Amino acid sequence: MTTPDAGGRFGPYGGRYVPETLMSPLQELETAWLEARRDPAFMREFDGYLRQFAGRPTPLFHAANLSALCGPGMRVYLKREDLAHTGAHKINNTIGQALLARRMGKTRVIAETGAGQHGVATATVAALFSMRCAIYMGEEDMRRQALNVYRMKLLGAEVIPVRAGSRTLKDAISEAMRDWVTNVRDTHYILGSVLGAHPYPAMVRDFQSVIGHEARLQIQEAEGRMPDALVACVGGGSNSIGLFHAFLEDLDVKMIGVEAGGTAIEPGRHAARFAGGSPGVLQGTRTYLLQDDDGNILNTASVSAGLDYAAVGPEHAWLRDRGRTSYAFAHDDEALAAFHLLARREGIIPALESAHAVAYVLREAPKGTLGTLLILNLSGRGDKDVAEVARREGTPVEGA
Amino acid sequence: MSQAGAPTGRIAAAFAAAAAARRTVLIPYVTAGDPSLQATRDIVHAAARGGAGIVELGVPFSDPIADGPVNQRAAERALRRGTNLRRVVDLAARLRAEGAPPLVLFTYYNPIHRLGIAAFADAARRAGVDGVLVTDLPMEEAGDLAAALDAAGVDLIALLSPTSSPERLDRLCRSGRGFLYFISRTGVTGAQESLPPELAAQVRAVRQRTRLPIAVGFGIAGPGQARAVAAFADGVVVGSALVRLIEEHAADADLPARVERFCRDLLGATEAKG
Repeated sequence: MTTPDAGGRFGPYGGRYVPETLMSPLQELETAWLEARRDPAFMREFDGYLRQFAGRPTPLFHAANLSALCGPGMRVYLKREDLAHTGAHKINNTIGQALLARRMGKTRVIAETGAGQHGVATATVAALFSMRCAIYMGEEDMRRQALNVYRMKLLGAEVIPVRAGSRTLKDAISEAMRDWVTNVRDTHYILGSVLGAHPYPAMVRDFQSVIGHEARLQIQEAEGRMPDALVACVGGGSNSIGLFHAFLEDLDVKMIGVEAGGTAIEPGRHAARFAGGSPGVLQGTRTYLLQDDDGNILNTASVSAGLDYAAVGPEHAWLRDRGRTSYAFAHDDEALAAFHLLARREGIIPALESAHAVAYVLREAPKGTLGTLLILNLSGRGDKDVAEVARREGTPVEGA
Repeated sequence: MSQAGAPTGRIAAAFAAAAAARRTVLIPYVTAGDPSLQATRDIVHAAARGGAGIVELGVPFSDPIADGPVNQRAAERALRRGTNLRRVVDLAARLRAEGAPPLVLFTYYNPIHRLGIAAFADAARRAGVDGVLVTDLPMEEAGDLAAALDAAGVDLIALLSPTSSPERLDRLCRSGRGFLYFISRTGVTGAQESLPPELAAQVRAVRQRTRLPIAVGFGIAGPGQARAVAAFADGVVVGSALVRLIEEHAADADLPARVERFCRDLLGATEAKG
């Protein structure tokens, strides 16, 4: 239903809009990935690292206190990607791509990062597999995610500040693409989400789909039935597609992606592509974007660096067109409230990205529209956000 | 409809005239709207006086992934001045009426996508734009635009890279229009100290596949490199070095004279070929 066609298209979305210099490398990457995917030894090795290094499977936790807040009879399960090594789902993809890079004979990996989670996960696998590593990060994101910057350096990566544009994730991706186009012969670009040119959206999805495959078994074991709805935050859309994919054929399971509503759905004040965007081409793919009348990309804003991006993965646009998924948004203040609530009521400090999904569930579940059995993807833990939340609330952490 | 191998139009004429005179076509690139569209108009005319055979007009875009810092800054300045695709096409129309050299729009795809392929092709035809080069639109994605521009009599210029496989080079040479733009090295736009030693052989490998003229660009900064490239290419594109000159002298009254001299020096270097 959603495997892209030979050109990497999901219906009218996706494709490969890149400079000619990257076309042969993308084709090599696609060939390597298709071969690896069919190679039992590769998949065994991938699975081994997921278990032994990343700590999979992650638990599916019945959040009883959150459930009670959602109304009588509600049962909300958290898929605990925050418990994966390095603190988020990002490690699933970076292990897969690092193994692929090694198979392709690449000795250097690069990545972009917004919240820093993908950068940390990339620096981690680069250390594990003895590869040189450079991480591009917007200067504004380096400020608000200073802890992750230090983690990347501890892991041996070079963190390169990006001062172009809005100095956030979009600009970091552009700079990583410029590095890749220059050093393509020895470098693999570990793109961190279901974005960019084919094969990235499909390949990253495949590496992340372990989330949904586990959750599907776990919920049946716990509840003996399929969930009524899945909820996940959507920046580029890798944790959400990773959860959703195993359930696509389960047509009674609703799937809702939660975008960053920022402070208001007005140009420059949010990152809700499906609320304020239109189809366009950015950074290798055709998808929904926030753009102006001239086709220039609008600045975005979100309390969460990982959701603060002007485009969304092309498969999301296609699933939405077909009515299989739907999208909503949560504002900054809702996400911050959910961040505190989950900490106090469940003893889990969520990443601000994941807090958007929590906020949506708190707002919508009591209305009864989501059914009674939910899986919420807790895509990352919030340690990285603690200092920034404290600063915003006027109680800065000493030394942060 | 133009046919590969049977070229018509101003771009073909520029290369034919240069070949007859045993000269290389100098192709300067400027970001339209930097420092202003009016200044760009003066700069293009100055470049023509300096010997430019074709001029590339860069359409500023917010996220120029194929450009280095110099062209990124120029795009930011042009966007702040309100430059957009429509205004660049309008400028091209005016330049055409004023007898400018053949004009190639150098752009990213999203501004065209936003305007609409049919509307863009029609506007380009009416303005007398001679060629369009879309840096992030490989041939696999270019079908609709190629057809619309063919019908409009505008050349969609193909980019060829050192990483293009032999099969891709074959296909690019077959589908190319106007001239072929060979990227001198992997990487983004920007002046470099030296040219890759394998460049001449790579261009010869393209030459064996096509009768279209071949221009070489990316990283060519001054007369020495232009002369080296002129030995094996039909056209030399000089971008960032000129954009930097414009950046440094944007407020100077003698900017057009500097641009003219810059072009004349480059062309003089290429004419030193045997």
